[in-house]
Amino acid sequence: MPAQFVLSRAAFVELLAALRAQGYRLMGPTVRDGAIVYDELSGVDDLPIGWTDEQDGGTYRLTRRDDAALFGYTVGPHSWKQVFHPPAVKLWRAVRDERGLRLEAEPLPAAKTALIGARACDLHAIAIQDTTFLHGPVVDRRYEAARRDTFVVAIQCGQAARTCFCASMGTGPRASAGFDLALTEVLDERGHRFVGEAGTPAGEAVLARLPHRPAAPEDLEAAAQRHDAALAQMGRRLDAGGVRELLQENLDHPRWDEVASRCLACGNCTMVCPTCFCTATSDRGDLAGREAERWQTWDSCFTMDFSYVHGGSVRRSTKSRYRQWLTHKLSTWFDQFGRSGCVGCGRCITWCPVGIDLTEEVRAIRETPSRPGPAAEPSHGHP
Amino acid sequence: MRRRRPKLAVWKFASCDGCQLALLDCEDELLALADAIEIARFPEASRAAVKGPYDLSLVEGSITTPEEAQRIQQVRRVSRVLVTIGACATAGGIQALRNFADVKAFIALVYAQPRYIDSLARSTPIADHVRVDFELRGCPVSRHQLLEVIGAFLAGRKPQTPASSVCLECKRRGTVCVMVARGTPCLGPVTQAGCGAICPAYDRGCYGCFGPMETPNAAALGGRCAELGLSRAALVRVFRTFNAGAEAFRQESEAHERPHDQG
Repeated sequence: MPAQFVLSRAAFVELLAALRAQGYRLMGPTVRDGAIVYDELSGVDDLPIGWTDEQDGGTYRLTRRDDAALFGYTVGPHSWKQVFHPPAVKLWRAVRDERGLRLEAEPLPAAKTALIGARACDLHAIAIQDTTFLHGPVVDRRYEAARRDTFVVAIQCGQAARTCFCASMGTGPRASAGFDLALTEVLDERGHRFVGEAGTPAGEAVLARLPHRPAAPEDLEAAAQRHDAALAQMGRRLDAGGVRELLQENLDHPRWDEVASRCLACGNCTMVCPTCFCTATSDRGDLAGREAERWQTWDSCFTMDFSYVHGGSVRRSTKSRYRQWLTHKLSTWFDQFGRSGCVGCGRCITWCPVGIDLTEEVRAIRETPSRPGPAAEPSHGHP
Repeated sequence: MRRRRPKLAVWKFASCDGCQLALLDCEDELLALADAIEIARFPEASRAAVKGPYDLSLVEGSITTPEEAQRIQQVRRVSRVLVTIGACATAGGIQALRNFADVKAFIALVYAQPRYIDSLARSTPIADHVRVDFELRGCPVSRHQLLEVIGAFLAGRKPQTPASSVCLECKRRGTVCVMVARGTPCLGPVTQAGCGAICPAYDRGCYGCFGPMETPNAAALGGRCAELGLSRAALVRVFRTFNAGAEAFRQESEAHERPHDQG
């Protein structure tokens, strides 16, 4: 393990200033509309100081902490895909005039972005989206440009929500890769400080310019306690062993009908999922037929349009759409990308208006598996 | 030589005129609109009217009188393409509340001389009476979607008005879910997108102005709203507003309505 260091709270403030001075746009957690969301930060005061979240299926509440922790919460409705894979992007514009038809490509994003407060599950989700957009047969140049100059300040989780299950998915609670700096926030009788490690030369270079000291055994012990607390508080569990095969062998399980009776097909789970990547493309034109724009927007496999082909939608029932989402996330994602598409962040559980819990759905199927048989409506590996 | 501009007509039935106003609200685009299409009949804007037939008719309002039931047939005859705009025209509007009550009793209560009133027992959407080429939802309609429908008509393509939930619009604009984060009952999950998810952005639950989304599970949402504290009477009212007559909302409001318990 690389040498651990300690940053004081004041040094953390300097870290933010140093990143800004290097031209990074700071993106991180802030309180807005009753939740902790990710947005651009102007400094430490924008952080959710002294706030925490209480989450369960279909419910999220902000509450006050009895300390002034900067990162004393778990995850909110936003994920970092808001930054790298934004909800709506103009791709190009076309103009027709006396000179003929011209296409004008939208410039690629150029911002250097520093993520402040990424969690272990978030880092795995970013790695998954990197695979989707950068390591497949086609590289998404817009995503690539947005990701190019990224500095990641990970914050190790010191608590977990009732909806968290990263431990089941092998994605947390401790971040072990994908960051430039990883910090554990500690508040105890020795003071408000961050115990951390650098993950890259870029992280070491920034650290070198900040006042810091080597971590003492007491600091390491305090950080380990935070980690243990997060692990102990993990509110959900998903038995991931063999889930890939389990779902494939149970495409006609009666549980799919049962969950469809509760599912709203509203698409919230796919919007908040940090790995869901589907988009729709649409053209917008003016009345005179002189200008048109092509936009890419987040789409969801829960809409009828999503599977619309000549003759109608392929997945007409909510049952088939929920099953498509869950089997893709936990099963056919392996076929497509070589790993699970779920990082155990629990956002789909919290932000489902009716609190549908994928860990419960998997458990129900596992407890009463049906015999493998030919599926009436096969599930497709591709979204 | 200039191509003949298609002729546009706007018609009003039982309605508040708000959807027609959405057309007048297209201030920046009105000149371009007038350039692309001849506004041949639009009483809300001008008393002058050009004779039909019309290439595109926008119909606002529901059918609530025998006279309107006759007149819509005439509108259909003089319209090549007929598009209904707004909750009245597509679902019967707020006036479809009469469908759940005795309209004769209302008339007797309100009018000194009820015999002068000639009103149908039910308020019904235009599509119950004539063939409709496209229905644009909303109370009122969104001017962006209205321009999209007219633009699509001019270009000879299908309008893009997704029938998915308001939730997708909420999440795309980064709004925090009012139902999950505040426990505010919200019709967003069962309501069709199109407004841009305005109300949740101002801490209010969705009122369902755009009517049921493509595959509404109103029973599941109604159950959750009851858990959040809505009484049966409140649930009846929530589903019984501008789109009270839309099938999914009508069924859900009736499911919470017990005889002699309409408090």
